[in-house]
Amino acid sequence: MDFPTFLIQLLNSVQYGLLLFMLAAGLTLIFGIMGVVNLAHGSFYMLGAYLAYSLSAQLGSLTLALLVGTLLSVGFGLALEWLLFRHFYKRDHLDQVLLTFGLIYIFEELRSMIWGDDVHGVAIPALLGESIPLTANLSYPVYRLFMSAVCVALALGLYLLISKTRLGMKIRAGAFNRDMAEALGINIKLIHAIVFAIGVGLAVVAGMIAAPVSSVYPNMGSQVLIMCFVVVVIGGIGSVRGALISALLVGLVDTFGKVLLPSVSGMLVYMLMAAVLLWKPEGLFKQ
Amino acid sequence: MSTPRANLEVFPRSVRLMLWLGLAALAAFPFVGGDFYVQMVTRMMILAIFAMSLDLLQGVSGLVSLGHAAYFGLAGYALAFLMPQNEATSIWLTLPLSVLASGLAALVIGFFVVRTHGIYFIMVTMAFAQMVFFLFFDNKALGGSDGLYINFKPTVSLGGWTLMDLDDKKTLYFFTLATLLLVYGFLRRLLWSPFGRALAGIRINEHRMRALGFGTFGYKLTAFSLAGALAGLAGYLWGVQTGYINPELMGFHMSAHAIMMVILGGMGNFAGAIVGAFGFEVVLHLFKDLPQVGSVQLGKHWQLWMGSFIVLVVIFAPRGLLGLAGRLGRHKGAVDE
Repeated sequence: MDFPTFLIQLLNSVQYGLLLFMLAAGLTLIFGIMGVVNLAHGSFYMLGAYLAYSLSAQLGSLTLALLVGTLLSVGFGLALEWLLFRHFYKRDHLDQVLLTFGLIYIFEELRSMIWGDDVHGVAIPALLGESIPLTANLSYPVYRLFMSAVCVALALGLYLLISKTRLGMKIRAGAFNRDMAEALGINIKLIHAIVFAIGVGLAVVAGMIAAPVSSVYPNMGSQVLIMCFVVVVIGGIGSVRGALISALLVGLVDTFGKVLLPSVSGMLVYMLMAAVLLWKPEGLFKQ
Repeated sequence: MSTPRANLEVFPRSVRLMLWLGLAALAAFPFVGGDFYVQMVTRMMILAIFAMSLDLLQGVSGLVSLGHAAYFGLAGYALAFLMPQNEATSIWLTLPLSVLASGLAALVIGFFVVRTHGIYFIMVTMAFAQMVFFLFFDNKALGGSDGLYINFKPTVSLGGWTLMDLDDKKTLYFFTLATLLLVYGFLRRLLWSPFGRALAGIRINEHRMRALGFGTFGYKLTAFSLAGALAGLAGYLWGVQTGYINPELMGFHMSAHAIMMVILGGMGNFAGAIVGAFGFEVVLHLFKDLPQVGSVQLGKHWQLWMGSFIVLVVIFAPRGLLGLAGRLGRHKGAVDE
């Protein structure tokens, strides 16, 4: 592998890893703080992609679509939390698995009723449509760099929110000891609603920015969901830092696996997970 | 975080009566039902065996596997590989080897997954099942995304005598029914054996079991492998019946359906898994066959109805149909833990 190819694969793997992080961060936060396993998390990603498809056509700009879509998704997350999820925080994991599996069916069918079952493309905004030439015939699309930049910005924002703000302090207090936090006057229900909405928002934004690259198609949520599970298991449930490192690791293994060992590339990531489980059954960064 | 649910392990008289009636109905069915329905009920019984195998983990041991379909599908694939393209092979060869293949896969994967707990266990079983799925999906040599055909039914003969012809739909029906009863009887015995009691103890409080000197890892691994092997038995029968096997059978939806079957019937007693498998399949067919109303083909949107059904069951009847029946029977049958 020569250097430019290596560089392209490296950038791709980082971009894929960062995208996975956006999804896994929400999943791991929702589990770590509310104790809910959410199989429907992949559906939020799919929803984001379809929103990008519809909104960018309606509004004529992907940037505007991103803004409107984020607002919509936060509202959607709050509504879903209020209607269903909040009643399942103290229920058995088994019930949560089934509830969210039922939701996958519902979302999948609603998607089919609203948008149909065709594959759609989403145009890359003209401003980001360029490619950076690396050699005579190799180049790297600016849009992928933009995706990584958005992810890094959001990851940074998430870090600052959780570790530096008053809201973040309350979130951490609630995760550490729910009853004590409540006794100290923290409105834990509100905190939970906010955390859930953040998780949904991250997944939807991930879906929206990924739409131009991955295109938009039915069942796009399932595969990404399972990858997120792997990321969360490797990183340690509840750990956002673990999710970041593990997502980048999974991105590297998956991208380079496809180039170097194409025959087993589908299984490599799971082997990585098996190795981590042998070494640290609770994940790399169990809190 | 969550307290283990008390399982309905001993049935009140009302439930026992219903189960006997159900068995009588199953035994009589081929004499009244047409070929189409005989095949359909055969399939339901196969799924019931699959659901029972999961119940050993989910209901008895408290291990929620979201990847159980992998072992179901693997045995079907084993059958496909063991059966040459142009002649039938004996059931005495294919059945044990297929079940063994599933059991071994469960043993190997179980070695990794049973060291995890709760939510980890759910995610990791799902991820490993997906790995198996991709192994078959990505490799043309293993059938790829199209799957494999099983052109012949296995022969059942002894010393040159043909005992059964599984090509006959009624014969296959009774063969499946007999297998179902055998598996049920075996698992019920297992439930009350020291091994089964230890598994129930692990569900309720694994730390205490360890403190009492039980090697819980070994118990859980044995249960996981056994459940995998029994799922393989069901998968083998599926392959025999349909003559076709594809990666979808090992997929995430199949695994989740099995969980739903066990929940729908009521966990931890195996009879619930059977009732749940039948109930789930009936409901699924009802939704898919919904009539056209106005310009809307309701059956086409079965996923919406199925999803809503699952959500409603989880909200309103998390202890399943047998749980409801047990409560209606007003009998102190449930073992409160």
